Amino acid sequence: MSVGIEVSQFNAWYGANHALHDINLHIPANQATALIGPSGCGKSTFVRCINRMHETNPIARASGTIRIGDLDIYSDVSPVEVRRRIGMVFQRPNPFPTMSIYDNVASGLRLNGFRNRRALDEVVERSLKHAALWDEVKDDLKKKSGASLSGGQQQRLCIARALAVDPEVLLMDEPASALDPVSTAKIEDLIFQLKSQYTIVIVTHNMQQAARVAERTGFFLNGRLVEFDSTHKIFTNPGDKRTEDYITGRFG
Amino acid sequence: MAPHQKTSRAKHTWRIFANHAATGVAILSTILVIAPLVAIFAYLLYKGASSLNLAFFTQIPKPVGEAGGGMANAIVGSGILLALGSLLGVPIGIGAGIYLAEFGRGGKLANFVRFTADVLNGVPSIVMGIAIYSLIVLPQKHFSALSGGVALGVMMIPVITRTTEEMLLMVPNAIREAALGLGVPNWRSVLSITLKTASPGVITGCMLAFARVAGETAPLLFTAFGNNFSSTNINQPIDALPLRIYTYAISPYDEWHRLAWAGALVLIILIVVSVSLVRFVTTRGVLKGAS
Amino acid sequence: MPGPTLVPTPLPESPSAGAANPAPSPIRKFLLERGSSALGDRAFRWLMLVCALVIFGIVALIAWQLTARSQLTIAKFGLRFFFKEGWDPVSGDFGALPFIYGTLVSSIVALIIAVPLSIGVAVFLTEMCPKFLRTPLSFLTELLAAIPSVVYGLWAVFILVPLLRDHVNPYLMKSLGWTGLFTGPNYGIGILAAGVILAIMILPIISSLTREVMTAVPHTQREAVLALGATRWEMIRMGVLRNARIGIVGSIILGLGRALGETMAVTMVIGNRPEIVKSLLGLGYSMSSVIANEFSEASDDMYLSALIEIGLALFIVTIIVNAIARLLVWAVTRGAPARVV
Repeated sequence: MSVGIEVSQFNAWYGANHALHDINLHIPANQATALIGPSGCGKSTFVRCINRMHETNPIARASGTIRIGDLDIYSDVSPVEVRRRIGMVFQRPNPFPTMSIYDNVASGLRLNGFRNRRALDEVVERSLKHAALWDEVKDDLKKKSGASLSGGQQQRLCIARALAVDPEVLLMDEPASALDPVSTAKIEDLIFQLKSQYTIVIVTHNMQQAARVAERTGFFLNGRLVEFDSTHKIFTNPGDKRTEDYITGRFG
Repeated sequence: MAPHQKTSRAKHTWRIFANHAATGVAILSTILVIAPLVAIFAYLLYKGASSLNLAFFTQIPKPVGEAGGGMANAIVGSGILLALGSLLGVPIGIGAGIYLAEFGRGGKLANFVRFTADVLNGVPSIVMGIAIYSLIVLPQKHFSALSGGVALGVMMIPVITRTTEEMLLMVPNAIREAALGLGVPNWRSVLSITLKTASPGVITGCMLAFARVAGETAPLLFTAFGNNFSSTNINQPIDALPLRIYTYAISPYDEWHRLAWAGALVLIILIVVSVSLVRFVTTRGVLKGAS
Repeated sequence: MPGPTLVPTPLPESPSAGAANPAPSPIRKFLLERGSSALGDRAFRWLMLVCALVIFGIVALIAWQLTARSQLTIAKFGLRFFFKEGWDPVSGDFGALPFIYGTLVSSIVALIIAVPLSIGVAVFLTEMCPKFLRTPLSFLTELLAAIPSVVYGLWAVFILVPLLRDHVNPYLMKSLGWTGLFTGPNYGIGILAAGVILAIMILPIISSLTREVMTAVPHTQREAVLALGATRWEMIRMGVLRNARIGIVGSIILGLGRALGETMAVTMVIGNRPEIVKSLLGLGYSMSSVIANEFSEASDDMYLSALIEIGLALFIVTIIVNAIARLLVWAVTRGAPARVV
């Protein structure tokens, strides 16, 4: 089962650069939420704050609360524990090059100490099916390396890898921006299927994509959350002028 | 022709001439540099190849005046010394390289460590030998393979540190992020993902260090000291290939000179193979897919 | 909202979206129990730091051991040790000047021979060489760097020295004997022989570092000079060498550092006579050679202390020389991890 995300009074800094200002929003469970905005607006930074990945930068700082379910991820647990509950898919597919397809999918479990061989087989099969990749690779699971697949396949492999750890939330940072249109369509279908099982947050610069897959959309500008509402409303009748300017292509 | 036209034409001719002369000098320099290399290899083959028989690799040196004999104990001794040195040098070198690449990037301490490693690479190996002599041989009151191994190991550390760092830095950050994003603890990510991805390069970096210390004589002169007999006891003096080559080369006996050439040929072949392998791995980018 | 247009792979049975929170799957439970591993991460980082600090430890160790064991001669002679001649272990008289002289002169001879050749090779390989030759030739110069000192020495004793003695030295004595640098008995071995073999040994270092700093000069510099109508040599001289000159000086100093400390090859051909003679054909002795030759025979503590003090001097000098050289090279290549030479 998946949970909603509650963000209150959240601020983030990179050194002296105040990247996020007073973000407040509630991301509902079992839905896809899209975050849109021009480059540099902070949407990627925000998503990385949800699984505390922004802390990998030594000069990063954050204040405020983010609750996943009823867990305050900044004060109740360590970053590593947070990241185990959350799956992340990055802009460029990044499968582990020295590992086979099987090992890639199983890596999140194996590297955390999970040993049960039969359970791993099940998890790998289940995750690859969830990611709509099983049929294409089921005969080469251990023979082919993760890096030998095409771009679209690699990204689905990364999705399978993220799903294998049974996360509560799935974060996707522009997952299709490096892919061709056919692969992009496949990924979008996937998101459509997955959101009944997971809470998905997807960052995208492609507004049509947001319109296609997400129930709710948030518009970021200059580190602030300008508007957050149902996707339908954002795209047909935005409440804020800045949102309207962005949607109609006046900037960004 | 007006005077200024005459000088500018002369000047132009001179510039063309200078250009060609420079090219000629550069080509000549290259030939002069390659020539000794070719000469050394040619003489090594010429003088050493005929002495490379089975006896060379299986027998120990015969007493002065007797023909034949080999360098079996020296070859084994070099192997033992290298193994001892690796026990010390490889883990510490890789650890320091990991620190520089994964924890220290850009920091002042890391820069200082890197600089010191480079400077340490330039310290004469005989100085290293004296230091280990003073540290181990004097208190123990005898020469030993152990002290020789320590001397070689200490020499390996700066080399392995720098090559490991270089190889780890070539692993794209995206891979590290993927591992961290899965909730893998940092230590596990560095060892099982980053280091594993860079391992072909790291291993060949170690080979480069081996090739370099395998030929070292000076640090062994008063640590391992040399031994005319077979020995695998690390608390006793032990022979090494470069040591024996040196002893034989400066001796007055032709028979020993012959063996010295053979030994030098063996050493050179091992080193050339290692250097070629290193080049192959690092320039062909055998880091699988990590580009 | 528009729905999917492709047929997706059907999902296996999954809990319905409306159910109240069922128990977390065994996978999730397993991962939730793993703990924060903050301890593991901290221990790992600390361990790697210790490894890095070992490098400082090595330098400290060498300095400490060498200083401690040379106290006897430091106390007896003080700084005079480095300015006096006389090397008589029996009477306990030790002076390091002949060795310093031998080391310096042979290194300078090596530099005089090696620097023009190295720069010539570097220029050729970087700016003039046809592409297909570049890799094999640079590989060959790399091989030169990998040859062990004792092998150089072996070759020098049996091939180079007779060559010098029979063909080169007589010519030098005849044509340049008036300078006083090429007089006296022609043994073949001696300072000149040491200088020549040292030159061959430091060539690869100077040349490969020079190539590195030359390659670091941006192409815009070359193009700017060419656009003014320069010949290729003028472009190299003004656009590349001038910009890289700090780094080239650094690589020369690095070569000097290597020459100062070189032991085996020098020991085999320098002649091993602790005297200062003007002629380059004379026999000499270098700091590293005297240590290599006499260390194991050093019978008393004063003798050993004298040798170790020479080693200490060698250590300090090479550290300083190498530090200066690395700083100069770094200034041009901006600290990119240098090829370990």
